[in-house]
Amino acid sequence: MSDPTAIVSLKDVHKSFGPLKVLDGVSFSVARGEVMAIIGRSGSGKSTALRCIDRFERIDSGTIEVCGHRVDDPQVDLKALRQDIGIVFQSYNLFPHLTVEENITLAPCSVKRVAKAEAKSLARQVLAQVGLEDKLNSYPEQLSGGQQQRAAIARSLAMQPKVMLFDEVTSALDPELTGEVLKVIEALAADGMTMVMVTHEMGFAKGIADRIVFMHRGKVHEAGTAGILSAPATPELAQFVGTGF
Amino acid sequence: MAINLDFPTVWARWPSFLDGATLTLELALMATVFGGTLGTLCAVGRRSRNSTIASLSGAYVEAIRNTPFLVQIFLVYFGLASLGLKLSAFTVAAMALTINVGAYTTEIMRAGFDAIPRGQIEAAEGLALSRFQVYWHIVLLPAMEKVYPSLTSQFVLMMLASSVCSQISAEELTAVANFIQSDTYRAFETYITIAVIYVVLSLVLRAGFWGLGLVLFPRLRRLGTPL
Repeated sequence: MSDPTAIVSLKDVHKSFGPLKVLDGVSFSVARGEVMAIIGRSGSGKSTALRCIDRFERIDSGTIEVCGHRVDDPQVDLKALRQDIGIVFQSYNLFPHLTVEENITLAPCSVKRVAKAEAKSLARQVLAQVGLEDKLNSYPEQLSGGQQQRAAIARSLAMQPKVMLFDEVTSALDPELTGEVLKVIEALAADGMTMVMVTHEMGFAKGIADRIVFMHRGKVHEAGTAGILSAPATPELAQFVGTGF
Repeated sequence: MAINLDFPTVWARWPSFLDGATLTLELALMATVFGGTLGTLCAVGRRSRNSTIASLSGAYVEAIRNTPFLVQIFLVYFGLASLGLKLSAFTVAAMALTINVGAYTTEIMRAGFDAIPRGQIEAAEGLALSRFQVYWHIVLLPAMEKVYPSLTSQFVLMMLASSVCSQISAEELTAVANFIQSDTYRAFETYITIAVIYVVLSLVLRAGFWGLGLVLFPRLRRLGTPL
């Protein structure tokens, strides 16, 4: 692709669900170590764009390249692609029948064939990173929403991804729990993790994102540094920022 | 009108009752293991993207659910015989029970699979697990845990239905009773006796499933909450 430093790059991506055009020529790229926030109204296509990066949705046309994998290629090695990408969802999706430790060690053990003991020490390490060392043997239902989301982040980190995708990870949490999750994400950013996040937390996006993409009706309507939130160039972004959401 | 009951005459045959009960339990255990496996595989098959596999699994379920068990036993018994396969009545009974309970298990497990939220599967896929690994680690046990009470009931019902296998002279509990009552002319006492034995077998089976559940579902054992 044109930008060799890009870890994620989308070019003219189109995607429809039946007659509904969700992505209408979306292009953007994320460089190594960069934090990108995708904002926009519900239905603007931001979550779909994120899901296309991890190939949860197949695109109709255009190209997506992630860490050298051509995601739009039907023959793409999904296992290799998804080892390079970590994804965290709005609804946590921890495995309810497994302890926090088992949630974290499952993928390293079964996908990367990491030895059990090594995986366990890895689990302790990533749990320390999100401040949950003491929850190793708890089951998801014993944790608060914020703790579950941090455990889900730890689970992704244990696969040592090159890029992390966050899909509205604080939308199900109250402000206090949102704060504890955002702190973890800030620490990741400080460590130099490449991240793409779909978020409704405008203040957070402003504070952490190197670049902001504002999506509107399936297109990148406006993009730039966090400055665009204070000085929007388009009336749509001005209105979006003005209403807060 | 007085009922004249003579249990000692019947109970003198206790070694036969014991043999019959043992055989019934053996049939039930075999059908549980093989029918459970068959049903789980067919439940996966019914959800397959391959429409041939999905409709074959569906046809199997409908064929079994809509025909009487006795007819199924005869079909296996005489069908295999006409193919020149001489199998023991016990083997035929175990096969028929497996095929029968497999169909019901398919439907129960399918309900369990359907109850696993889509997000669970996506989270596992996002961690680069293969389709098989997703089923094995994320879908199978939680699905089974959700429908475990139904599975238990179905397998107990199957054990009771194994009584029908007496029709092909498999020497299970009911066949033993048929023989004893024709020998002693004490039909009422004989069938009261095996009714009680069936109750005991059911309780044993339920206890067994309860214990197996504790092993299979450590979260349930520790927290006691439904999944």
